Amino acid sequence: MFAAVSDLRSNERTRTMMRVLREPLGAFGIALVLLMVGGAVFADLLTSHDPSRISPRDRFQAPSLDHLLGTDHLGRDLFSRVLHGGRIALSVALFATATSLAIGVVLGLIAGYGPRWLDAVMLLLFDSIKSFPTVMLALALVTLFGPSLTAVVIVVVLVNVPGYARIIRTQTLALKGSEFVTAAQSMGAGTARILRHHIMPNVISPLLILASMDIPVVIAIEAGMSFLGLGVRPPTPSWGSILNDGFTAIRDTPWIAIAGGLPIILTTLGFTFLGETMRDLFDPRLKRRT
Amino acid sequence: MTVLSIKDLNVTFSTEGGRLHALKDVSFDVPERRIVGVVGESGCGKSTLINAILGLLADNGRVDAGSITFEGEDLTRLGPARMQELRGQRISTVFQDPMGALNPVLSVGRQMRNIQYRSGRSRSEKDARSEAMLRQVRIPDAQAALARYPHEFSGGMRQRVAIAMALMMRPALLIADEPTTALDATLEVATIELLRELQQDIACSVLFISHHLGVIAELCDDVVVMYAGEVVERGTTRQVFHTPRHPYARRLLECDPARQSGRTRHLPTIPGEIPDLRQRPPGCVFATRCDQRVDACDKVPPDVAVETGHVARCVLAEAR
Amino acid sequence: MSRILEIRDVEVTFEVGPLMRRRSILGVAGVSFDLHSGETFAIVGESGSGKTTLACAINGLQGISAGSIRFDEHRIDTLGARSMKPLRRRMSMMFQDPVGSLSPRMKVGNLIAEPFRIHGIVDKNPSVEVPRLLSLVGLTPEFADRYPHQLSGGQARRVGVARAIALDPDLIIADEPTAGLDVSVQGEVLNLLNDLRERLGLAMIIITHNLHVVHHVADRMAVMYLGRFVEVGDTDEIFRAPRHPYTAALLSANPEPDPDKARDRIALPAEVPSLLARPAGCEFHSRCPWVAARCMSEVPEFVQSETRKVACHTPLEPGARPPELEVTQ
Repeated sequence: MFAAVSDLRSNERTRTMMRVLREPLGAFGIALVLLMVGGAVFADLLTSHDPSRISPRDRFQAPSLDHLLGTDHLGRDLFSRVLHGGRIALSVALFATATSLAIGVVLGLIAGYGPRWLDAVMLLLFDSIKSFPTVMLALALVTLFGPSLTAVVIVVVLVNVPGYARIIRTQTLALKGSEFVTAAQSMGAGTARILRHHIMPNVISPLLILASMDIPVVIAIEAGMSFLGLGVRPPTPSWGSILNDGFTAIRDTPWIAIAGGLPIILTTLGFTFLGETMRDLFDPRLKRRT
Repeated sequence: MTVLSIKDLNVTFSTEGGRLHALKDVSFDVPERRIVGVVGESGCGKSTLINAILGLLADNGRVDAGSITFEGEDLTRLGPARMQELRGQRISTVFQDPMGALNPVLSVGRQMRNIQYRSGRSRSEKDARSEAMLRQVRIPDAQAALARYPHEFSGGMRQRVAIAMALMMRPALLIADEPTTALDATLEVATIELLRELQQDIACSVLFISHHLGVIAELCDDVVVMYAGEVVERGTTRQVFHTPRHPYARRLLECDPARQSGRTRHLPTIPGEIPDLRQRPPGCVFATRCDQRVDACDKVPPDVAVETGHVARCVLAEAR
Repeated sequence: MSRILEIRDVEVTFEVGPLMRRRSILGVAGVSFDLHSGETFAIVGESGSGKTTLACAINGLQGISAGSIRFDEHRIDTLGARSMKPLRRRMSMMFQDPVGSLSPRMKVGNLIAEPFRIHGIVDKNPSVEVPRLLSLVGLTPEFADRYPHQLSGGQARRVGVARAIALDPDLIIADEPTAGLDVSVQGEVLNLLNDLRERLGLAMIIITHNLHVVHHVADRMAVMYLGRFVEVGDTDEIFRAPRHPYTAALLSANPEPDPDKARDRIALPAEVPSLLARPAGCEFHSRCPWVAARCMSEVPEFVQSETRKVACHTPLEPGARPPELEVTQ
């Protein structure tokens, strides 16, 4: 069913990238993503300010050449905090998404290829987790672990895994009876080998595209939890906590809220454009899912 | 009288690797009340031909030159509305997989009634006609069959229902695309006999596409042999099967295991592959695989009329 | 000639229907035959006759509910996956769809090397073995870098053959080896199988509905109907003089590429009965043009001559025609 995605092969990867770049929205998305990633990676080169250094003298300064985005209520440089907050946001997003993918793929393969009773049990489990509202889940976990990045990652994983596992399960189920799988069985290949070499490569591509579209959601979850004080702990900078800092003083010093909100919007837009372009190019059928 | 006349038809597709010349200078006629078989192996352009006739070429394909004249109208110039009017009424189709043509959620009777929406008959008249049609394709207990759904029929019966639906409106032309390929041998011959009978009864023409030489020999009056998007030979079935003049047609016939009367451990083959249709050879398209190749094959071969109605696209056909 | 395979009264049962009204049907209903090394045996039947199920049972992909299967004197139907694995090296199976039986994301080189990896064979170097096997099936080494979707049907079939012979098996089971192939390529594949069989001395089971194919490759053949063999014997002899009415009907239903050939068809009335409602007596009686009263109640035993077995009360004499002559054309 993913004839189009299967074009994503090593020798064709460069061409694939070119196709994404040829779409205006895709090129714009890539540019935004590169901008945010670059800012996070090269944060130390781009600014000499320490994101956590409190300097009461410089409180509530408007943007200037020294402080490109101004300072907050503790006199911390916002530009530096935004760049470092990007590190948190992006690394949490990547780490949590990668973890969800790994767990989701493994569980999906087991549910799809394993015995029918196991499939039924796992589906029930996925649906139960999915039926929890995200906010409730977050609150419950924070009570357990205290506000921390770990809590954020666990929330994201719990939210993502059931959906990913279901997609993989459905496709595994479809491939289970296909001739190339039977052929591998007839040669004496074990279950692990069949899953690893014959099924996984064929089911993973559409999920990778979907997961890349989920990255903005993860960033929003991290920002949201940090905004509520359930995520990263001060003084570690996060877009959510910057937004919260600016929120209380939005009338007098709007630049703080802008400094927190703008990167969230830009990153979300960037990943969404990129993901949508990839999806439209490689698997228009996935459109229905979102 | 010819029902369908194809003249110098050229169809190309734009692909990432360049323009693909899928049909090149294809010409042949389907005369009234005759069954014309199209034989060819994969990649010969059979499906493109059907789609071009039906006006259903993919978005990246277009008719570059030539005409498809059906009952006086050039189908390549018709608008989608007129084309739709013709499909199912004057030109109908039967495919390899009958389930593709049957709607799984509607009863057979309902679908057959829907086909007659233009007829202006009353509902009971329509049902009576449907029943008669099903009886004609030898569906047992035709009246009860109208109430049944496609999946309740066996594969062979399903194909008969599809044939009944295709012939319901007494079209001038039936296009049958490998209609017996998915059937077992005993059902296959029964279906062929049924098609022949219905064709005579309805007095329509049939364009019968198949890769099965035996079926073509048995059913068809005329044969068109296609290779790599070209008609390499055409004529009556006897002319082509008894005295093939194009090397490809001759060797294709030799390859059929059924032609080997005695038992042999070494079957004839045609080594090589169909050329890349994006880079057609300048001369004869079969030259790379031909065992009788001469220098003249580097030039575009002429369509040589070896006998009345028997044409081969080969320089050697001329010399004989 | 040593006996490589011994099949005795094999039955395969399927459970069908919803949970409450589950019924079991016999997909394979008591099949026996022997296969010797160097021999090609064809199993012919129409769809639903159980021929593919039988192949899967021999290969251990499908459990059997009765009977026994011995491969080189090992009883294999009772073996678990682990004890079966070393024997799998010695028998390989080719599946119907030439492209579909190749894993779409693996390159040809990896596909051919896979049997070595599965069986942990380290003394053979894939970079030597893969080109050797490719050349054995008539493909150039460059094909190792292709993906299945970049192959034509004939090339994909050759890759399938290369994979099947990779571990030097004693037995190859080929399910419809020419399905989906063009006429000009069918010959290539059949010639290749014939050559390999002679060169490597392996035994082969060919499962097909295409009688023309059978005639050119098989030494012996069996005709299958509703999960049973109805006629078994030497291919040439069966083609010359079929003794079971069903065999005769199948042979007569074979369209030949000659517009002037007289067609002397034995028409079969009705359709293949459902496995859920097997006819009593001789199971072919509902379609048999020669049906007699006895056929409806008495199950025919195999009538056995030196080279032929026929399950029919009144086996046909050579050239027999149905009672009311239904000659078409």
